[in-house]
Amino acid sequence: MLAYFLRRVLATIPVVLMVALFVFSLLYIAPGDPAAIIAGDQATPDDVDRIRAGLGLDRPFLIRFFDWLWGVVRGDLGVSIFTNLPVSHMIRQRIEPTVSLMILTLILSLSTAIPMGVIAAWKHGTLIDRAVMMLAVFGFSTPVFVVGYLLAYIFALQLDWLPVQGFTSISQGLVPFLRNLILPAVALGLIYMALIARITRATMLDVLSQDYVRTAKAKGVAQKGILFVHALKNAAVPIVTIIGIGFAALIGGAVVTESVFAIPGLGRLTVDAILRRDYPVIQGVVLLFSFIYVLVNLAVDLLYTVFDPRIRY
Amino acid sequence: MRRRDFLRTTTGAATVLASPLAAPRLSLAADNKVLRFVPQANLANLDPIWTTQYVVRNGSLLIWDMLYGVNDKLEPQPQMVEAHETSTDGKTWTFRLRPGLKFHDNTPVLSRDVVASINRWMARDATMGLPIKRLLDALEAVDDRTFRFRLKAPYPKLLFALGKSSTPCLFIMPERIAATDPFKQITEHVGSGPMKFKKDEWVPGSTAIFERFAGYEPRAGKASWLSGGKRIHFDRIEWKILPDAATASGALQNGEVDWWETPFPDLVPLLRKSPGVAVDIADPLGNIGSFRINHLHPPFNDVRARRAVQMALNQSDYMRAVVGDDESLWKEVPGFFTPDTPLYTEAGGEKLKGERKYDAAKKLLAEAGYKGEPIVLLVATDVAITKAQGDVTADLLKKIGMDVQYTALDWGTVGQRRAKKEKPSEGGWNIFHTWHAGADCVNPAPYIALDASGDTAWFGWPKSDAVQAKIGEWYAAPDLAAEKKAIAELNAAAMEHVVYVPTGFFKGYQAWRKNVSGIVKAPFPVFWDVSKT
Repeated sequence: MLAYFLRRVLATIPVVLMVALFVFSLLYIAPGDPAAIIAGDQATPDDVDRIRAGLGLDRPFLIRFFDWLWGVVRGDLGVSIFTNLPVSHMIRQRIEPTVSLMILTLILSLSTAIPMGVIAAWKHGTLIDRAVMMLAVFGFSTPVFVVGYLLAYIFALQLDWLPVQGFTSISQGLVPFLRNLILPAVALGLIYMALIARITRATMLDVLSQDYVRTAKAKGVAQKGILFVHALKNAAVPIVTIIGIGFAALIGGAVVTESVFAIPGLGRLTVDAILRRDYPVIQGVVLLFSFIYVLVNLAVDLLYTVFDPRIRY
Repeated sequence: MRRRDFLRTTTGAATVLASPLAAPRLSLAADNKVLRFVPQANLANLDPIWTTQYVVRNGSLLIWDMLYGVNDKLEPQPQMVEAHETSTDGKTWTFRLRPGLKFHDNTPVLSRDVVASINRWMARDATMGLPIKRLLDALEAVDDRTFRFRLKAPYPKLLFALGKSSTPCLFIMPERIAATDPFKQITEHVGSGPMKFKKDEWVPGSTAIFERFAGYEPRAGKASWLSGGKRIHFDRIEWKILPDAATASGALQNGEVDWWETPFPDLVPLLRKSPGVAVDIADPLGNIGSFRINHLHPPFNDVRARRAVQMALNQSDYMRAVVGDDESLWKEVPGFFTPDTPLYTEAGGEKLKGERKYDAAKKLLAEAGYKGEPIVLLVATDVAITKAQGDVTADLLKKIGMDVQYTALDWGTVGQRRAKKEKPSEGGWNIFHTWHAGADCVNPAPYIALDASGDTAWFGWPKSDAVQAKIGEWYAAPDLAAEKKAIAELNAAAMEHVVYVPTGFFKGYQAWRKNVSGIVKAPFPVFWDVSKT
């Protein structure tokens, strides 16, 4: 197990390197010029050229790539073209809102989706099952930004309960922290909740038709015990898999949610950097996201052994 | 637990938990010493010389003061300068600084700081700074409070250059900061203006905080745009970057922000209905839409092809696409200069008036040798104004029989591609759209888009000796009457040569909470004399 873990951790290095090379190449090929944006609309072509040279953007691709890679190896992600701030500093500024949003979204989604899926499977074919499935279809089909605007309109503008935008650090108190994050987390979590609820229901339906469940029923085990002790544990592997896969959707959704609710997180940082062609920031954030995604997948693989002892690495 | 008990317990718990959530907001907009402002764009850096973005200029106006500043009549007024003298031949200008000027590190503002700041500005200001630099014999610090320009030839517009609002403005920085290469970004933000920049609280893309500088001594008298007593009534001004218009609108209606610089026109009716919100025109000088043509390549290297477009172009179509049906926001502008400013003229502008002539345009295109080659139209689809103009142009070109190659890009890519002088078929272009701030179109000095010097002109590289001669005449004009004459002839010459085609004049709105007062109409947000109850 430990050897497997170490092998997987080491395997992340070439994956992240490939991602780095891919992103760097993509940005090199992509049209657009940060120097033109910095110089502004009134600038002369000569001004733009001199700014480009000042930023080192006129250097050959390989020199720029290895310069950057050497920096990454030393823990230096470079300096933003526009803000002149270290990329690592900008990421540190932005990581708390994004991580907070993701954790709250995960808590909300998992704590509602799994019981919903289990209950829908248990009450298969009933009104409850249909209601859960309708909610899941709604969650799948409605874009995050539509849900976001709708929630902001109802709970902020009409009811005046919550703010429209912004983020307050948890260090300033749990209530202001939740006041700012609850709407974005619900908006972002809806699609995730729908995904997990559907998979939970489908897997539970399969598990509940197994012989050992029938045996448990025959032995007089309570319904709660059958559902949450025997069946859910055996249904966990596909559910955990989909949670891991859905994490990528969550990262993508965070970009939109942070824009709608003006949360100063990594998603907005990425969008701003892409629009401005702030290459070091784009590279740094994408590298971080890919690293997190690889780690989440590793965690999912390790969790398999917890839920299914037959799986060995 | 019985069902009724369960419901009672959970409802009670939910009420207790929800009550702090539903409590009034944490006095987000209650403090009358804090102004929360939503700027037009993200403040991604604060070097007003390195970049010419308006949002950077606007933030810099809080941090750095200027030697002169234009008032609401566009006249340069002394700001950091106490007085100046001009030699009889108009070549030597001697300026004396006001006493008591301080930087934010509490060191005095000295002439050597001014000289270094002017040098950095001149190197980057193509419209006025570089021409002054070329005329310069010497720029010297005479003593701590006196500095002098010695020119090779008179430059009557010097005070306007020192106080203009168009970017880059001449801001006064400490010598050590101003010594930075003008093509590299400064790293320190020690200002000379009424507010200090809180770099430690700066989150680019989210917030920028300015704190009142106690050592700032405003001039006596009332403020008017960039001149006069810049009195700030807030301890803090917080810029909240809200790129999403719907979010900004909601935040303003909800009292989470106090002032929104550029509300989206579509949202203005909604804001007007909101009881706590006031809406008005932001900038009386507005903007002029631009149909920018590449003069280097066929068919538009032939003036007849450019005239064909000009005679078919209907400004109303463009303006309705850009700002909608609110006719108080736009008008047709048969000229290149900003309406309602002293030099505005319509001389030669009849080409843009009256019925549009599609058949005559087709005929003229044929005479110019156009044989159906693809016309590369660059359209920045991520900017509403350029997208709208691009769509109208695609339709217009089809109407006059041109084969349009509609190239949808983002603004960053248009910015790169428009600099290419290659043939349109080899990665170049024929047409792109932008717009010019009315403040930059009040006279030829800041008006780089009207320059027709060929290779050194702005993108599109128009070349016209007649246009350049008239610009020269304006620079040398001794009085307003002579300036008006030169500008009328310049307008006619630029129309004749079709340097570019104006697509109309349009304004934008600003919106603020009704408990905020003192907001004025200007080409930039004016924070002095604004207060909040």
